[in-house]
Amino acid sequence: MSDGMVVKQAGPLALVEDGGRFGVRHLGVTQGGAADWISFRWANWLLGNPLDSAALEIVMGGGLALEVERATRLALAGADLAATLDDAPLTPGTSFAVRPGQRLVFHQPRAGLRAYLAFPGGLTAPEVLGSRACTVRERLGGLNGDGQPLAVGDRLSWPGDAPAERRLPEGAAPRMPSAGCRLALVPGAQIAHFSGASLYRTFNMAWRVDNRADRMGVRLSGPVLRCALRGMVSEGIPLGAVQVPADGQPIVLLNDRQTIGGYPRLGALTPSACASLAQCLPGTEVRLVAQGPDQAREAHLRQLAAWKP
Amino acid sequence: MTPRIDTTAMDALMVRLFDTIDESNMAWVMAADRALRDAFGEALIDLVPSYTTLLVHYDCQRLGHLEARARSLEALEGLAPADTQAGQLHEIPVWYDESVGPELPRVAKRAGLDVEALIARHCDHDYCVFALGFAPGYGFMGLVDEALATPRLETPRRKVAAGSVGIADRQTAIYPLLSPGGWNILGRTAVPLFEHARRGEPLLRPGDKVRFRAISRAEFEADGGDTTPLEERP
Repeated sequence: MSDGMVVKQAGPLALVEDGGRFGVRHLGVTQGGAADWISFRWANWLLGNPLDSAALEIVMGGGLALEVERATRLALAGADLAATLDDAPLTPGTSFAVRPGQRLVFHQPRAGLRAYLAFPGGLTAPEVLGSRACTVRERLGGLNGDGQPLAVGDRLSWPGDAPAERRLPEGAAPRMPSAGCRLALVPGAQIAHFSGASLYRTFNMAWRVDNRADRMGVRLSGPVLRCALRGMVSEGIPLGAVQVPADGQPIVLLNDRQTIGGYPRLGALTPSACASLAQCLPGTEVRLVAQGPDQAREAHLRQLAAWKP
Repeated sequence: MTPRIDTTAMDALMVRLFDTIDESNMAWVMAADRALRDAFGEALIDLVPSYTTLLVHYDCQRLGHLEARARSLEALEGLAPADTQAGQLHEIPVWYDESVGPELPRVAKRAGLDVEALIARHCDHDYCVFALGFAPGYGFMGLVDEALATPRLETPRRKVAAGSVGIADRQTAIYPLLSPGGWNILGRTAVPLFEHARRGEPLLRPGDKVRFRAISRAEFEADGGDTTPLEERP
């Protein structure tokens, strides 16, 4: 049977993701969805897909090998994982034609952490609670609906035919974060309970992305932050929430975060800042920059406008 | 009850109804849930009620934060408590043991009890399910006897086994799935809370009651419980 593509070798982590699972967070089910939603959307845009169509989120690369069984056009965006098509290098932010027998391989990251591979019409996968997003911890979504990451022998298929080539608009290619990358944080939640010195440190000192980082959250290491609040009542957590446990080291909560939690928070990173953070390799130095909700919203609406026809 | 509204993200606000956990909060939280759903309609992306708060995640393409705040205040004006139907009572068997409940000694010491007395105290109450959250089917319950109240771990564990029963302050809960967490773990149950087959249908619902019952290792194993010790992974 030739579905479209078969996984010949699994890398460290490749997941089927879409725009996320919404309307079920009151059951304790997380948001999920592409962590760098901006690159993910550009990958779909390159094929003329609806922007939240299911695609692959490939973390690190690390030898993931896919063999083509059906000729089509695919698109790649996000991290540069030194991807090759039969040894010819592929550039993120482009689409490319593939023929049966060709092999697509992802290697080590050169810039960024997560690459997005889009398919015409979106990857075929069952909808679970309204989404195809794969959440390994919850065992929901993904290729078979049971939350498993891509494994050797998995077959990928998609409903669409090869679209015409489309190129990114000038300057639209998402830039992978570099040292000193600035992440916008909308202050709020329990920020008033942090000491003045802690707030000064939050916004004026460098933070390093810890190696304890995944789709649930990313720890930042740096100065110790102190909050006067103890024994907080657990409450809902928005995307990008910056929580500070008693050890004083913040954790930014991303797409697969717990829905409710009880650590005090400084506020939340904007969705665009979350997308950047999701591309930071461990050790990357980042800066937190305060941004009001109106200003953050304007920037967000400008980003969304980039995809309007 | 005067609701307060906090900005909590670019496209989310927190409605705060109470400052402390109380079983009588439930009727108000459920009423606010209904009122906010109606008021936001299509502009609502997700609504996460908890013990004292409701997180409103709205579509920022339709609303700015000031409009969202005004809409919430309007929705909550003249709010009356909802009828809370008598929830189901679930009896949950738990194997309390240090190998799967490493904080038994810590919580017992703080309470000035021996471990046996601590277990008896934890089983001696029908807990109210206040909210579902943190993970699918994870029911936040309370209120735990004041003597047993223990703050969360300074650094959360990266892996807490499915079925782990824990305490954080005056809350108690069961981890439905393997996940990170910072609660004080006392034991483990073999009862599934969010099975694959139960997808979208968690065992516990807000308003239900839960009573824990201490069982032996043999009973736990007979129920299909996993006796692998809870290991700390740095």
